[in-house]
This record gives sequence, C-alpha cells and structure tokens, in this order.
Amino acid sequence: MAKSKSAYSTPSKLGKIDTHIIVVWVDNEASVLSRVVGLFSGRGYNIESLAVAEVDQKNNLSRITIVTTGTPQVIEQIVLQLKKLVPVHKVGNFKREDKKVIFKEMALLKIVANASKIKKALNVCKKYNLVILDQTNKSAVIQITALRKEIDKVTNNLKPFGLVSVSRTGAVAMTRGAEIFN
Amino acid sequence: MPKLYSGAEIVFKCLEDQKVEHIFGYPGGAVLPIYDELKNHPTIKHILVRHEQGAGHAAEGYARSTGKPGVVLVTSGPGATNVVTALTDAYMDSVPLVCISGQVPTHLIGTDAFQECDTTGITRPCTKHNWLVKDINDLPRIMHEAFEVATTGRPGPVLVDIPKDIQFAKAKYFKPKKEKKLDGKFLNRFKQKEIDQLVDLMKKASKPVFYTGGGVINSGPKASELLRELVALTGFPITSTLQGLGAYPGDDNQFLGMLGMHGTYEANNAMHDCDLLINIGARFDDRITGKIDEFSPKSKKVHIDIDPSSINKIVKVDLSIVGDVSDVIKSTIKTLKKKNLNLEKSNKQKLSKWWQQIQKWRTKQSLNFINSDKIIKPQHAVQRLYELTKNQDTYITTEVGQHQMWAAQHYKFNKPNRWMTSGGLGTMGYGLPAAIGVQVAHPKKLVVDIAGEASILMTMQEISTAVQYNLPIKIFILNNQYMGMVRQWQELLHEKNYSESYSEALPDFVKLAEAYGCVGIRAENPDELDEKIEEMINIDRPVIFDCHVDQAENCYPMIPSGKPHNQMLLGPKDQEVNKISGKGKSLV
Repeated sequence: MAKSKSAYSTPSKLGKIDTHIIVVWVDNEASVLSRVVGLFSGRGYNIESLAVAEVDQKNNLSRITIVTTGTPQVIEQIVLQLKKLVPVHKVGNFKREDKKVIFKEMALLKIVANASKIKKALNVCKKYNLVILDQTNKSAVIQITALRKEIDKVTNNLKPFGLVSVSRTGAVAMTRGAEIFN
Repeated sequence: MPKLYSGAEIVFKCLEDQKVEHIFGYPGGAVLPIYDELKNHPTIKHILVRHEQGAGHAAEGYARSTGKPGVVLVTSGPGATNVVTALTDAYMDSVPLVCISGQVPTHLIGTDAFQECDTTGITRPCTKHNWLVKDINDLPRIMHEAFEVATTGRPGPVLVDIPKDIQFAKAKYFKPKKEKKLDGKFLNRFKQKEIDQLVDLMKKASKPVFYTGGGVINSGPKASELLRELVALTGFPITSTLQGLGAYPGDDNQFLGMLGMHGTYEANNAMHDCDLLINIGARFDDRITGKIDEFSPKSKKVHIDIDPSSINKIVKVDLSIVGDVSDVIKSTIKTLKKKNLNLEKSNKQKLSKWWQQIQKWRTKQSLNFINSDKIIKPQHAVQRLYELTKNQDTYITTEVGQHQMWAAQHYKFNKPNRWMTSGGLGTMGYGLPAAIGVQVAHPKKLVVDIAGEASILMTMQEISTAVQYNLPIKIFILNNQYMGMVRQWQELLHEKNYSESYSEALPDFVKLAEAYGCVGIRAENPDELDEKIEEMINIDRPVIFDCHVDQAENCYPMIPSGKPHNQMLLGPKDQEVNKISGKGKSLV
C-alpha cells in the first residue's frame, strides 16, 4: 500500500446500506425546516424524499417525513442528531421493509393525448386509488396514491400514453393498528 | 400596568438576571441602542476588542476558565460573520457562549440593506441553536432560553439576532422561570443497572484504562475531584485527551500522559493493549483513535457521555452510560464502595502485571528530546516555563500547532479549567484573545499564552485590548519562523517540499510590543532563558516574549496517519537506534 500523505485516516469498509423513513415532530416555526435539512446536508446524510406540513394548529406542530439511506450506524446518528435540535419534539425511525408501518406517496399526473390513449393511461393507474381530478377530451389530471416504487413504475408505463407532467409529495408514514409512535 | 422596557433594556435585564458580569464586543450601527443602554448597568463590564473573532475567543477563554457562559455582543453583517470562527470553535469544543448580534430593522430584512447578512442562516450549523427576534414580546423568553440552551446538556454556543427596531420597541419584562428542574432527569438517563454492569466489567478487567476528556472539565470542578477518587479507588491507569488535561493531576504516577497523535508511548500502547477501556467525557476524535479498524482491538469499551449522539458515532461500544460525568462517577464510586470492592487491593496482583507492562513502555521516555546548550529547544522552553510557574496558580492558553502539542506534553496541569486550547477546530489565533478572557475573569492570576509566531499574527491586534484594560497577559512565542506543524508534515510526508510554510518577513516582536504599549522580551540562547522568563513573570503588564527556538525541531512522538496506536514514531534518539539496526540488517 502506498504511504498515505493525508493527515486523516482512510475510510474503512462501509456497512450495509438500508432505506429508512424518519418521522420528525417539530415546532412549526421559521427556519425549522432548514435546521433539519441543514443537518442532513452538513453531515453528509441522504434525503430521498421529504414531506412536511403542519399537523396540529393548536400546538403549532409540524410533521416531517424523510426517506433516507445509510448504514445502521449512520441511521442511528441521524436520529440522535435530530433529537438534539431544539425545536424537535420526537423522532420516529422505521425501516422501509417494516410490515407494521404504512408508507404512501401521492402523485398528480397530467396526461395530454387522444381519448383512447387517456383511457389506456387510466387503466394503468386503476390499481392505485385512482381519482380523476380534471378531464377534457384532450387531457386528464389524475391522482394516485401508492408506494414510491409503484409510482416510479406507473410513470414509466404512462410515458407512451401522453404523460407530460408529474408532481409527487414524497412518502408519508403511519403505523398500523392501535399503536402510536413513542 | 406593568412597566414597559425597550428591547435594549430587556437585553441588559436578562444579562443581569443571568448574573453576567463581563461581555466582550464591538459596536456598530445595528447594535447602537444596546451600546447606548450599557451605561445604565454598572454591574456589567464591557471589554472592547479589536476584531469580533477576538471577542468570541475571549468569551471562550472566560467561559472555559470559569465554567460560566461567555457573552459576546457584535453588530450585524461583518460583525456577525467575523464571529463565526469563534462560534464554530466553541461548538467543536463544547464551550457555552451566548452571542448577541444586531440586525438591520425588520422591515429591511431581505432587501440587501447596508451591513445586512443572513446571520441566523450563516450561524445555524455552528451553534446549538439560534434565534431571530421578530417580536419584542418574545425577547425576554428567547434571552433566557439562550442561556439555558448554551449551558445545559453538552454546552455550546447560541446566537440571538436582534433587529434594530426590536432594540427600540417596548415590552414587558419577566424573569427566567424557575421551572422544576427537569434537567436532572433529562441529562441523566442512566440506570443503576448500567453502573452495576460497569462495576462488573471493572472487577473482571486485568488491563483496564481510563480515557478521559473535556466532558470531565465541563461537568464542573466536582467531577475532577470525583475522578481522582475513582482512579485512586480502582488503581487503574488513566490517560487524557488534549481537552481533558487538568482533570487529573499531570504529575501523578497513575497518569500516563496525553494520548493520541502526539500522545505518549505508554498512553497509546495502553489504549491499544487494554482489555477494558472506560471513556469518560471524550468523543473518540480522529486525532485520538488513529486507524479506526485497529483501534484498541482487544478491549471491552464503555462510553460515559452527556450527549447521546456521541455514543457509537465513531467507535461501537459495549456499554454506554448517558449522563453528567460527575453523577455517573458518583454512582460508580458509591456502588464500588457498597460492594466493598477495593479494586486497588483485591486486584493488585492482576493489575500488577499491567502496571509492569506500562512501566516498560514508560522507559521509552517518549517525550524526551535532545537538548542543546547553543540553541533553545522549544520543549526545553516549555519545561522551563512550567518549572518557573508551577509554584503559582497559572492559566495556560495556546494557539494551534507544534507549540500547542509541546505545551500539552510538557506543561503539567493539576487543576481543571487551567488549560484553554482550540482542539476540535484547531483555530490559529485562539490563544491571545482567550488569554484576555481568562485574565478578565481572573485578574490576579498569571495567564500565559504559549504561542507560535505564525498563529499569533492572526489575532495580534488583540494585544491592544490587553493594554487598554491593563490585562497583564504573557504571550510566550516559540518562534521558529515556520508554520511548524505544516513544516513537520511536509518534511515527513511531502519530501521536504516546504511549500509556503516559511514566514519571510516577520515583525520584530520586541518593537511590536513597544509599539502596542506593552513590554517585549527576547530570548535567543538557553543560558538567558530562565532569567528572562522570570523577568516576564514579574512584570505586571502585558508582555510579548519572543523565544527564538530551533527551526528544525519536530514534535514527537507521533502516530503517522492511517496507523494504529502501537505503531508510533518516536523521537530522534529512538530513530537513531532504529536507523542503525536497519542498516545492520541490510549488511547481514
């Protein structure tokens, strides 16, 4: 091995990388999102998707859902570092494979095509809680809710049928059954 | 109707209620209302610095030598950006700072107004938390919260950005809420079961070592006392990080010296070979661990820290105890005594082998250097400074580089809060302003900044502050005309290509001292060193001491990058021996 000239150590082997969904309850105040996002970018963590909105007007709480990837050690750090932020109340952490948790993402899709293609497009989306929000004889705006990878697939499949625009929310999560997050 | 106070008044009322006695700052357009109010609050003394970075480091020195939060007051724009280095420094080394910055009036925020910058945006990653006060009614709450955040848990810097119109606006004031202290519970999540596990591990260990850090100092003087009791009770060897020096007496026989990149041979080998490693208030920094894969491979590891995110961040540990160091040590001592495990006695035989091994390492005398009677060796200069100042309660600050490591190696600290150095961020220019802060807090004590000539020039202007307030700090410059640590790395790793590490045009430090209105002393040979150091100590004014030292001296021992603890480079004496044996081998 060549002699290292660096004043720092060389990186060691990486562990297995998993996808996790991190749910963060925060005070809904100015710059809180940049604190959370800045923590991710500053420490080199990934963000695959991000969904945020106020969920409790009375207590002024927002819920942030972040899909991220990392080794178990990195995921643990993400959770612990988030908990240190002053406006953060609690942090939930779920593996994407976790059966006890429901993950959903919503997408709005615009199709511009002739009637037969639109019909085919609607057919592709049928399985995913399809709602037609707007339809003309040349176009349709539809809403689907599904898993991230399902939406990926749908948008791919819709390309030949005149898909011109996609807007997605990022995943949100909720536990199954009567259980709530701690 | 309760009395209404202006924002500026509220700032000072908060500072008074938080028992602040000194603030370090620099005025400017956006903080003028606060500066105007200063005259009405005689219990608060303002120290005018020459650059906002100096205010930040001075507040750090003040905080680290007293355990109280340091307070900084700066203006908007450049005032705030200049203090960013000091905030980052305080964040890395867990120093409680409260920085108050002025901001342009709220209606001008976002318009690129004169001296406007996004202060809370810029300082977000280098503070524990920050606030932009947009409503005067929030100001008292935010100010009190700022002090609470800065000083509780793992301490750190916070910033409160106050627009100028808020400083003029009026509101009611209320005192900090004396809430039922949830802290005890919040900060100490550890359970007796974990203490029992720790005691159990201690009982079983035959090659244990304590590895202590700045967390012990931050936990207060009581923690240092308890640590001494614990070490005596167990008979275990103890090593310390750069920041932890002083928590345990540096001249005690159970103390192995500092560990890490420039730590002692015995400390690093003990870390490598131990079977139980007890980390108290340290964070497995990369200057400490060396190569992570080969870090202390045979040991059970215990980590005691107040910050849960420090645990398993770098090194996976077998037992973690989240809590305030002094509370954890107290519980451990109690449990040890209750179980009547006098480890020192009962373990004597088991530990004696370990101590024999440590003695063998000690015979390497890894801090040794080849002294000279012609030229001052920097290590010799620090040793003489120590010998001539150890009879009084001395506070040492440093800049960053070789001189910093020599100070850590050769100056022995017996008390906590006597050693102020920039470890995490490694900020050249830290020591002089930090010394000012220390001297402000301890006006009668001897305060010495062990400095390098390159570092000192980064914040040289602050000597003017020292002169203004008659702060008799001593700047002890180990002058080798090089950025010594850079030169050393270039010599060892970059084929002696000394790229830009030599300072061609240095000032005459003695004349410079005189120009600033303080005293300059120069020492050029070993014979005059003692006499000159004594002269320096006896002058009750700021002194710049220009100590000309060997330019080629390197700082040893050293763990080269990417190497584990047991592969240290030792000093020239040892290298000489190795060279000969190497040649000998090739001849055979």
